[in-house]
Formats: sequence, structure tokens, C-alpha cells
Amino acid sequence: MENDNAVRVRGLVKRYPDKVAVNGVDLDIHRGEVFALLGPNGAGKTTTTEILEGYRRADEGEVSVLGTDPAHADRLWRSRIGIVLQTSRDEAESTVAELVSHYAGYYPNPRDPDEVIAAVGLEEKRKTRPRKLSGGQRRRLDVALGVVGNPELLFLDEPTTGFDPEARRQFWTLIENLRTSGTTILLTTHYLDEAEHLADRVGVIDDGRMIEIGTPETLGGRGARTARVSWSDADGQHELRTDKPTAEVAALMARFGGEVPELEVRRPSLEDIYLELIGKANDAKSVAIEAGAL
Amino acid sequence: MADTKALPSTLSVGLARTKLEVREFFREREALIFTFFFPIIFLGIFSAVFGNTDFNGVNAATYFTPGMIASGIFLSSFQSLAISIALERDEGLLKRLRGTPMPPQSYFIGKIGQVLVTSIAQFALLLAISGLVLGVDIPTEPSRWLNFVWIFILGTASGSVLGIAFSVVPKSGKAASAVITPVVLLLQFMSGVYFVYSSLPGWMRGVASVFPLKWLAQGMRSVFLPAGFEVNEPGGSWQLGTGAIVLSVWLVVGLFLAQRVFRWTRRDAG
Ligand SMILES: Nc1ncnc2c1ncn2[C@@H]1O[C@H](COP(=O)(O)OP(=O)(O)O)[C@@H](O)[C@H]1O
Ligand SMILES: [Mg+2]
Repeated sequence: MENDNAVRVRGLVKRYPDKVAVNGVDLDIHRGEVFALLGPNGAGKTTTTEILEGYRRADEGEVSVLGTDPAHADRLWRSRIGIVLQTSRDEAESTVAELVSHYAGYYPNPRDPDEVIAAVGLEEKRKTRPRKLSGGQRRRLDVALGVVGNPELLFLDEPTTGFDPEARRQFWTLIENLRTSGTTILLTTHYLDEAEHLADRVGVIDDGRMIEIGTPETLGGRGARTARVSWSDADGQHELRTDKPTAEVAALMARFGGEVPELEVRRPSLEDIYLELIGKANDAKSVAIEAGAL
Repeated sequence: MADTKALPSTLSVGLARTKLEVREFFREREALIFTFFFPIIFLGIFSAVFGNTDFNGVNAATYFTPGMIASGIFLSSFQSLAISIALERDEGLLKRLRGTPMPPQSYFIGKIGQVLVTSIAQFALLLAISGLVLGVDIPTEPSRWLNFVWIFILGTASGSVLGIAFSVVPKSGKAASAVITPVVLLLQFMSGVYFVYSSLPGWMRGVASVFPLKWLAQGMRSVFLPAGFEVNEPGGSWQLGTGAIVLSVWLVVGLFLAQRVFRWTRRDAG
């Protein structure tokens, strides 16, 4: 019996000769949710994803994807997942329409190829070969090939890297529609706004470790979103965190007898929280390194 | 699940891949020129240059037709597969395919199917040009065509498995043509495809005898050259038995190697 989680990972470790790419990651992805794996370049997103897809072997840990260990996956399992790799540049001589219907032929319950082409917005390019597509169109073809098999679980590794804002918006709509159709999605990105916009839950990964998992609203914990009030006086810059910024400002007004120099009230954006999370992780690392050096 | 339909069969996916591979082959200019039309172009050049020069009693077109047929088989199998698979691996197509429920065997059915279709089409075109345009006498004896069939099958089969294995040699897709084409060209020169084989230096013939193309070319000469022509071969005979053995050994070695070394991802894929 499969449980409610499409993906279950415990203590995942992957080592390369000169790098521990994934270092003890735990992860659950619920059925029907969009989960974003967010982290800077080299964090271990692709390595983790490709272990879940069955391309790479874990050195340690338990991995279960749709109830199966991807290292021992069969055709039936592959027919239930869809994969959009981080890089793809195969220069097929077939057209978009030919490719999408050919790939549909690999699956037991494929989607209608024409509907898929329409869904990714490539109707105008049906007769075009991949090399003649723009970067964004190319990526949408990748998605078309990834979803034409009607997967229960879709992996998207940095689907929008290099897109202009307009193309990214269009792509987001595409993912939202897939989600509405019930597909579970694991997407990796180093764009915070993308994770915030698309994901039900976000896992922040850095240097092979999962720093935090939460909804975009709760990321960073309770304290992370408290307001910051800053001002300056003869002693220099001041900043304090508070749950009652209005009261603080009133108190400052009273103290300065009117205008407060360089007054600013700010709530950290998700970006601030993210940078702080990654920064903390790096601080902890450098402390550990210093301790080790002593 | 209620609506679990069966996965498509390995054969049906293999046939779909064959169709796709053949279509892509004929759309790709480079493959068309350097694999498909190459022997035909050379046959045309040789018969134009040497015209009625006497090659042990036959004209240039007659003498070179079997060599070009052999060459075509080798290009359509070995060269075509080695280059295309190296490119497909480097560009990530193989990796993408591996992530779908396509059975791995279907991929190879597609490749072998493509080799069969293109090499038969190439042979038919070569034969038509030889017979109809260049006035070469095409044999009609069933025994010769029987020989042709097994030589053709052994040639395409060994060339294909060796091509699949050799596809791992180029370090990148860009290097594929540059690595594989000279190897094939060298083999063609040494195997007497472009020259009269018996006029090649002994050491060169010795080297060529290790590889399949020499035996493929000799076999094709036995099919297409007039009776008694074997006196011009170095050993005075067509050596069909030895040829069959050498090609079969290469087929087995190739099969073994292809299974051992084939990979769906680049070497650095982790
Ligand atoms: N095949 C590999 N061989 C050696 N090191 C690798 C390999 N793949 C990834 N790495 C290393 O592992 C780390 C994580 O890489 P990756 O998973 O690609 O990160 P991300 O996708 O988050 O950018 C990086 O330091 C990278 O250099
Ligand atoms: Mg990556």
C-alpha cells in the first residue's frame, strides 16, 4: 500500500570524490502538492532530484518515490512520473508535433498530444524543429514531453532559468494549470519569487543540507517576519525588531519630539528571510570550520 | 487503479522508433551526404575519372561497384550509429529517453531498423546507378544473391554492434564526427575500397585483414565481379569461409562490447 506521500526521503547522502553533494536530507512530498526545492547554485538540488528520478544512486539513506525505490524502478513506475531535466539540447530533426506524439506512444495512458501542445502554448510551432525554438519555447517543449505521459508526479529541474519575466509568467500559468489537474510537482529553482508564487511548500537547501521546510508564509520561523524599525541619532544607526512597530514609532516620536531621523519600518521580504537562512547556515559552517582548525 | 492499460510492447515502440530514426536520418544533411550518398558519389567520380581504364578485364564502374556497396554498408551501420549515438548521448537525448518508460531494447530496435532501411535503400540506389547509368552487368545467378544476403546481414549486424560500442569513444558530441570519420576513411583505404586491393602493400593488407570491412568488400567482389575473377585476389580465391568467420567473430565481440560499454548518460553524469 502506498501512503499519501508521493516522495519520502530519509537521511539521503550522495558523495562525489571531492564533494558531499547531499548531506543527510529528509523530505516528504504530499500527493497533489507543488513542492519547491530552493537553493543557490551547487546546493545539491539536481543531485537530489536525479536520485529521485532514478538517474543517480544514493550512497546512504532511504528513498521512496510513488512507493518504489527509484534505483530499482521498472517501466510501469517510469510511466507514472514525468521528468524535465535541467539541461536538454538534443537537436532532433523531428518537429514539435512529431516529437510529442512519438513520446505519447511510450505510455499506457497518454494525454492527447494536440492538447498538450496547446497547453504549453506551442500551437504556432507545431511544425518547427527544436533547434529553431527560442529558449523559452524549447523549455515548454521539454515540459510537453514530460507531461504527455500523464504523470502522477512531475519533476522540473530549474524550468525557468534564463527566461525573461514575461516568459516566466507564462510558464508559471502552465505549472498552475498542471497543478489544478492534480499532478504532484517537485520543482527546483534558485528564484525565490518562483518558489513563493508556485509552491505549496518550500524546502531551502544549501550545501547539501535541508535548512528548512515550510510554506512560503512560515519560512524562517515565527520571528522571521517581525517588523524592523530603524533610525539614526548621534550614536549612529539603530535597528530593533518588534511585534508592535506602531508603538515603537510613537515612543521614538516622543523621544525626538517630532521627526525621527532616517526612520524606516520594514517587514522582511521572503528574500530577506531566505538570505538570512542561507547566511546563518554559512555562519554555522564557518564556525565549525574554525573550530575544526583549532 | 481502475484504468491500468498495458504498457506498449517493446516491438511496437521499437517500430515507432524505427520510423522516427529513418525520418530523422533523411532530414539530416550531414548524415545524408557522408553516409548515404558518399559511396554513390565516389562511384560516379571513379567511373568518370578512370572511364574505360582496364581493371583486370573490367571497367572502373564494374570494378568499384562491389567496394562501394561494402563501403555503404559499413558507413550506414558503423559510422552512422557511432556518430549519431555519441551525439545523442552528449546532447542528453539518451538521458531523456532513459527517464521514460521506453524499453531500452526498443531504442536498439529503432537503430538497427534505421540501419536496415537506409542501407537497403542505399544499396538499391547504388545498384540502379551501376546497372542503369554506368552499364555494369548485374549478376542474376541465385547462388550469388544467396551469398549477397548473408554477407549483407553479417556486414550490417557487425557494423551496427561495433558502431554502438564505438559511440563511447568520442569525448563529446562535437568530437564525434572528427573522431569517427577518419577511422572509417582509413579503414576504407586499407581495405581496398578505393583501390585495387591486390595492389596494396602486403603490410597494409595484413592490417586490413584484421577488420571487417576488408572481408565485406571481398565478399561483395565475389558477388558482383565476373566468374574467374578471384585469380586477381591476393590468395587466388574469394575466401568466403574465412570472411564469414571474421565477420561473425566481430559480430560476437561487438555484441559483447556494446553491452558492456553502452551508457545512457555522459561519463561525467554521476
Ligand atoms: N557528477 C558529479 N561529479 C562530481 N561532482 C558533482 C557531480 N554532480 C554534482 N556535483 C557537485 O555536487 C554539488 C551539488 O551539485 P548540484 O546537485 O548540481 O547542485 P544544484 O543543482 O543545486 O546547482 C556541486 O558542488 C557540484 O559541483
Ligand atoms: Mg542544478
